[in-house]
Amino acid sequence: MTLWLALLLAILAALSLLIGDATLALPDGLIFWQLRVPRMLLGLLVGGGLGLSGAVLQGALRNPLADPGLLGITGTAGLGAVIAFYWGLGVAFPPALLVGGLLGAGVGSAFLLGFAGRAPSGPSLILAGVAVSAIAAALLALALTMAPNPFALAEITFWLMGGLADRPLWQVALAAPAILLGGAILVSLGRGLDALSLGEETARSLGVPVARTLRLAAVGTAFAAGAGAAVAGSIGFVGLVVPHLLRPWFGERPGALLPAAPLAGAALLLAADMLVRIAPLVLPLSAAPPVGVLTALLGAPFLVAVARRGAP
Amino acid sequence: MIGVSHLSVTLGGRVVLHDVSLEMAPGEMVALCGPNGAGKSTLLRALAGLLPEIGPPEPCRVAWLPQGARSAWGLTVEQVATLGRIPHRDQAVAPVTRALQLCGIEALRCARVDRISGGEARRAMLARTFATEPEVFLLDEPTADLDPAASHEIMRLLRTTADAGRMVVIVLHALDLALRYADRVVVMADGRVTADLPAEQALPAAAAAFGLPFGTDPAARLLPPC
Repeated sequence: MTLWLALLLAILAALSLLIGDATLALPDGLIFWQLRVPRMLLGLLVGGGLGLSGAVLQGALRNPLADPGLLGITGTAGLGAVIAFYWGLGVAFPPALLVGGLLGAGVGSAFLLGFAGRAPSGPSLILAGVAVSAIAAALLALALTMAPNPFALAEITFWLMGGLADRPLWQVALAAPAILLGGAILVSLGRGLDALSLGEETARSLGVPVARTLRLAAVGTAFAAGAGAAVAGSIGFVGLVVPHLLRPWFGERPGALLPAAPLAGAALLLAADMLVRIAPLVLPLSAAPPVGVLTALLGAPFLVAVARRGAP
Repeated sequence: MIGVSHLSVTLGGRVVLHDVSLEMAPGEMVALCGPNGAGKSTLLRALAGLLPEIGPPEPCRVAWLPQGARSAWGLTVEQVATLGRIPHRDQAVAPVTRALQLCGIEALRCARVDRISGGEARRAMLARTFATEPEVFLLDEPTADLDPAASHEIMRLLRTTADAGRMVVIVLHALDLALRYADRVVVMADGRVTADLPAEQALPAAAAAFGLPFGTDPAARLLPPC
């Protein structure tokens, strides 16, 4: 099953190299290497990070509605980037935006673990995530009202909507180690997540270090989804939907979803990004909409349908 | 050996256990009886090493089954039982199969625990503790969702398990089962051990803890299987 998913992902990755912004022709070498390859790689990394952190968080918090956005890390990543934007650092020093995003994710996860207390439990982690999200959203609104000019405001808003377009290869290369490190942390948690399905106390009686598992889930998410958000803005619903998509095929054991979740997340994001690029060809749009818009538009009704079917 | 001595536990400002001591030896089956809120489940948690005062847990040696255990996800019966192998860091099939057979749910191996009856799910949770192959079983109401015949079946299984040299501690509201199958009955009330007696002598103390009269009732009643 995982092999089929990998095959599907490979096909989607190849296709995404063939589809450009409102064209279907194979591009010349410059566009291919400067635009399409980074875009495809970024889709793989960001989608994989989102899918995997969604699967881990739902398992760790025993909550089918958990997703990376719940912990507020993607929010603080966006805030960090916006602050860099606001001070005009992005113009003077191009990596500033990304570095700001990464710093935002790091500071956000420090606050998250601080709020969650010395021995975090599922509810305390969710509470801490809600607090971090709220603070990030408030500061983001503050930064927007203080935007130096309408042009900057428009650019920030567009960036926040999330997208894979026009990110140069060096940005991808800068985010990749963080996303991969986060992924490595998250993938190692399978056994602990399985035990957690019987509750935190039973997991402890089985010898699972529950507080450490939850902390690693939060830190892994900060890297895997936060670094993605620092490059691509906040792309919603991928992390939420992927585990629900996989359960009918892989069963509900949380650990069983982990190898497939990054593949499915990457496939979903690449497919959504291709749809977004084709959209101007078939719809009266002047430009390709941000991919975050599409994942939310398609993801929300899909989630309701899946959740209804799964309900007893 | 497993036990606690002179243990006092305060939860949220309320004294839940007050100077409790309990020792037990291999091959022994102890029933904890007493009214709701007497501290039975807390004592079981203490024995499991789950309270900050005592610990850490010894997952390979001690298996603990909480009251009302359920799975957050629709795992299969076999997957639930296999969770019992986590302390050993393996997924050995033989102990899992044996546990499913012992608990009488091998036929439901591939059924989801959220789609079977409450009693069957309870057996699956019990099978998880057997899959660990521990020295000590700490079971909170293992017969809670079971019908009368199934309760006797599970109590017999626990009796055999104790006879094979394991230690079994069960929290039990069904006094008749406790008196019939356990070696010792520990009666608790208000966070204290009020009696620790061989099962055949424990009825008066247990009745006193519940505030119930006891005597001979000639009415017809269900008898345990022979």
